[in-house]
Amino acid sequence: MATPMVLAEAVCKCFGRLEVLRGIDLSVAPREVLCIVGPSGSGKSTFLRCINHLEKIDAGRLSVDGELVGYRQGGDKIYELPDRDVCRKRAEIGMVFQRFNLFPHMTALENIMEAPMRVKGEAQKTVEDRGRALLARVGLADKVDVYPNHLSGGQQQRVAIARALAMQPKLMLFDEPTSALDPELVGEVLDVMRGLAQEGMTMVVVTHEMGFAREVGDSLVFMDGGVIVESGIPRDVLANPQHDRTRAFLSKVL
Amino acid sequence: MSAGPEAVGNPLQPATRRPDAIKAIPVRHPWRWVAAAVVLAFAAAVIYTFATAPDLQWSVIGNFLFYPEILQGVLVTLELTVIAMVIGVILGVILAVMRLSVNPVVSSVSWFYIWFFRGTPVLVQIFFWFNIGSILPLIHIGIPFTHLVWVGTTNRIVTPLLAAILGLGLNEAAYMSEIVRAGIISVDTGQTEAAQALGMTRVLVMRRIVLPQAMRVIIPPTGNETISMLKTSSLAYIATVGELFFIQKEISNFNYDIIELVIVASLWYLAMTSVLTFGQYYLERYFARGASRQLPPTPLQRFRRLLFHFHEPPPVGPFEPPPIYTHHEEGRV
Repeated sequence: MATPMVLAEAVCKCFGRLEVLRGIDLSVAPREVLCIVGPSGSGKSTFLRCINHLEKIDAGRLSVDGELVGYRQGGDKIYELPDRDVCRKRAEIGMVFQRFNLFPHMTALENIMEAPMRVKGEAQKTVEDRGRALLARVGLADKVDVYPNHLSGGQQQRVAIARALAMQPKLMLFDEPTSALDPELVGEVLDVMRGLAQEGMTMVVVTHEMGFAREVGDSLVFMDGGVIVESGIPRDVLANPQHDRTRAFLSKVL
Repeated sequence: MSAGPEAVGNPLQPATRRPDAIKAIPVRHPWRWVAAAVVLAFAAAVIYTFATAPDLQWSVIGNFLFYPEILQGVLVTLELTVIAMVIGVILGVILAVMRLSVNPVVSSVSWFYIWFFRGTPVLVQIFFWFNIGSILPLIHIGIPFTHLVWVGTTNRIVTPLLAAILGLGLNEAAYMSEIVRAGIISVDTGQTEAAQALGMTRVLVMRRIVLPQAMRVIIPPTGNETISMLKTSSLAYIATVGELFFIQKEISNFNYDIIELVIVASLWYLAMTSVLTFGQYYLERYFARGASRQLPPTPLQRFRRLLFHFHEPPPVGPFEPPPIYTHHEEGRV
């Protein structure tokens, strides 16, 4: 079996005295789409942010593509990674946020070109061509020079996806990418994500879109209170939940 | 709703006719006129008192307003303001970034600097630099562990102008750093996270993402500080710098026309701050680009509106026909 793209073993995370993650075990294979669902406060977003080290884990092991996140194993000791190495690893993981977080002082194309040029040091011409191609791919070829303020939420989120893809990541993280959108704009973002999944991108998606999870997800975990309550094939979990907690949650959202 | 489909307008057709604008009798505001009358009467009284003050010599004010020494003083005041502000802004940005650094040594140094320079009066600081030669007569600049040493007399190096620049600039940096820090904090943390998630280092995030966005918050108080500095620079008279206040005082020491020369200096300070106020307004307008969809009116536009449209509510955007939606509007993938 190939190295898992994401491997979590008993991952724990505390904010002060509040235990947000209480031992998460899961594994995501390359090309797999994992959907994480659960009530707010269940720790699903926190777990996602641990994967690219926006949050530091307190216990357990978390690795991406066979390498520990934020740490280095040397013999039986664990060393913290310097800022530079953390950044280098983050550059390989794309992330899409609930609130888009586009850079408002840059046009759509500049948003996309910023990181490949400044972080990876790629040539402007290469990056610009790729940026235009990505914008065309998410259906925004005519919005190249538009500032984020003048785009709808759905358009902003599609630019955000293109921005993450411009770094040519091996893993994409989505943190409730459609939760801040008007209902009629959700579809256009999910369409882009569906296309990405079909091309074989490894994706971890925190979402409330059960339809998307059922249709696109290869696996699904239901989290509550910082633990994984139930996991399996999306269709099975959604249609036939085994735990009362899962059943109670799904009866409210489906 | 019982109306049949024929009663509903075709959604694909734009509204062709705009309804007539409402022509209502505006609400009258008699108290505005009363207030205006009171203000005018008060202003007239003040002007009359000064204009007819028995010993105020208007001719002296006229004579000295464009006196070469006064003009020279105006130039030195401007020079002091510009140099002190440049030092203040550059050092202020550095101190603000240091203050927010994760490195505890760096952030403590910044904290201490701000504590010290904000905690002592700027007049005292200028006076201190002006007299530094009395305790440190010589300045040695050398490279440690080598014999390369450069020595100079303090009084030759720290001229009155430099003492004033140091006092004003270093003090300003402490205030500017707090303004810049407020600007940095005002930028949404999601921006930093998004930039970090793309693999950007802390320095890159600060330089490319956070500081440019902080500018919008930093510019207005910086304009305020510049105007304040223009007037605070008058404290340089303690270091015998030939700026506007010092010059007018030198002149009135001879001719005893104290109030006349203070009025001359005040007219110049007012003229300079007025120019800066206008400049600040246009600078803010420039940085509002991209952030707001409609630019605020210029002072001139506002003045015109005040003159000719006293009663009317603020203007709203032009009438736009409702957009036509087609199935091809949103490009899907």
